[in-house]
Amino acid sequence: MRAFTALLRRDLAALLPGSARGNSLLPLLFFLAVAMLYPFAVGPEPELLAATGGGVIWVAALLAAILPLDRLLAPDVESGFFDQWALRGIAEEVVVAVRLLAHWLSFGPFIIAAAFPASALVGIDGPTLHVVLLGLLAGTPGLAAIGIIIAAVTVGLKGGGAALSGLLMIPLAVPLLIFGAGSLSTGGESGLALTAAISLVLVAIAPFAGGAAIRAAREG
Amino acid sequence: MEPCRLAASELACRRGDRVLFGGLSLALEAGEALQVTGPNGTGKSSLIRILAGLMRPFAGKVDRAGSMALIDERLALDEHLPLGRALEFWQSLDGCTSPGRAITTLQLDGLLEVPVRFLSTGQRKRAGLARLLNSGQQIWLLDEPLNGLDDQARQAVEALLALHCGGGGIALVASHQPIALPAQQSLHLPDFEA
Repeated sequence: MRAFTALLRRDLAALLPGSARGNSLLPLLFFLAVAMLYPFAVGPEPELLAATGGGVIWVAALLAAILPLDRLLAPDVESGFFDQWALRGIAEEVVVAVRLLAHWLSFGPFIIAAAFPASALVGIDGPTLHVVLLGLLAGTPGLAAIGIIIAAVTVGLKGGGAALSGLLMIPLAVPLLIFGAGSLSTGGESGLALTAAISLVLVAIAPFAGGAAIRAAREG
Repeated sequence: MEPCRLAASELACRRGDRVLFGGLSLALEAGEALQVTGPNGTGKSSLIRILAGLMRPFAGKVDRAGSMALIDERLALDEHLPLGRALEFWQSLDGCTSPGRAITTLQLDGLLEVPVRFLSTGQRKRAGLARLLNSGQQIWLLDEPLNGLDDQARQAVEALLALHCGGGGIALVASHQPIALPAQQSLHLPDFEA
């Protein structure tokens, strides 16, 4: 328990917006920037924007989730933190689980809050926004889980890891996007439920997959 | 404190398709120290990582009782944080209640406000030693602890090692420089070259 709180405190101090590393406002700004660019690109017709805006918010959230990936685990592996934790008997799985929580806390709630101004920018109405918000609440933990698995798998790569994380993230996030953004057009609670289910499975797998990937990278 | 022990039998280490050493056995009881010597690339660091359980040996097995601490070239301190705060993370993790002694012994008092990334090579080494000292572990694995240290700091490290072994700890030091260890044994790695 002492390890859990010490790890979570350190992770949040490093990842939350406005923290010492100071780069984690970027995903949020990126998210808003995509939402702001969209009406410029497709034109200001309200019907078109209202019909497609929710999907754009989803795509923006997915892309924003890619940004922090290369700094998520690699620095701690390179500077020997994981070796020190292993010597103290703190399993990689525990570290990755805590990091997953901190990673979600540092972008999930902020993306959900930023969906309000973003919905105004892409011109979607109240009921649609309601579905988008619920969808993001259900889907962002899954995005965070995919992100941390990819960060763990690419941990040993010197250079080029950032671009590769982005490429890997997109296909893996397609199921979340289909059901999350799909819940907008079919208006279904079933879409939201499936998004939440995929998220839960991913969150459950992530610590084990991530832990195994980090151990494998150490052996090499 | 339960007596600690570190033993290895018939260890072999392979990096890529090259076997670095083979048939290496060692046994250290509480209070003993061992210096591992050998030129660069003979597997000193690999031996330490195998003993620490961070790398699987190609052959042989490691038997240890007691908690372990390691310092190598990677500091495991947050580069952007002031040294004091960076050390605090490990203190809270290790449940260390009196960090002051290690900091004074290693003459880090004046550096606590300095971000870790601005520390010099020798200062970084001393910071790593402070982390090691405050962890309160029984078996110390030190990979080149003297690199970049001046005479005064080297003597402080030797005194710390004497104190640690005197208190029933084990120290295993990989270094190509001479270092005074209590009850010294040494192991020359090229002797085990396969």
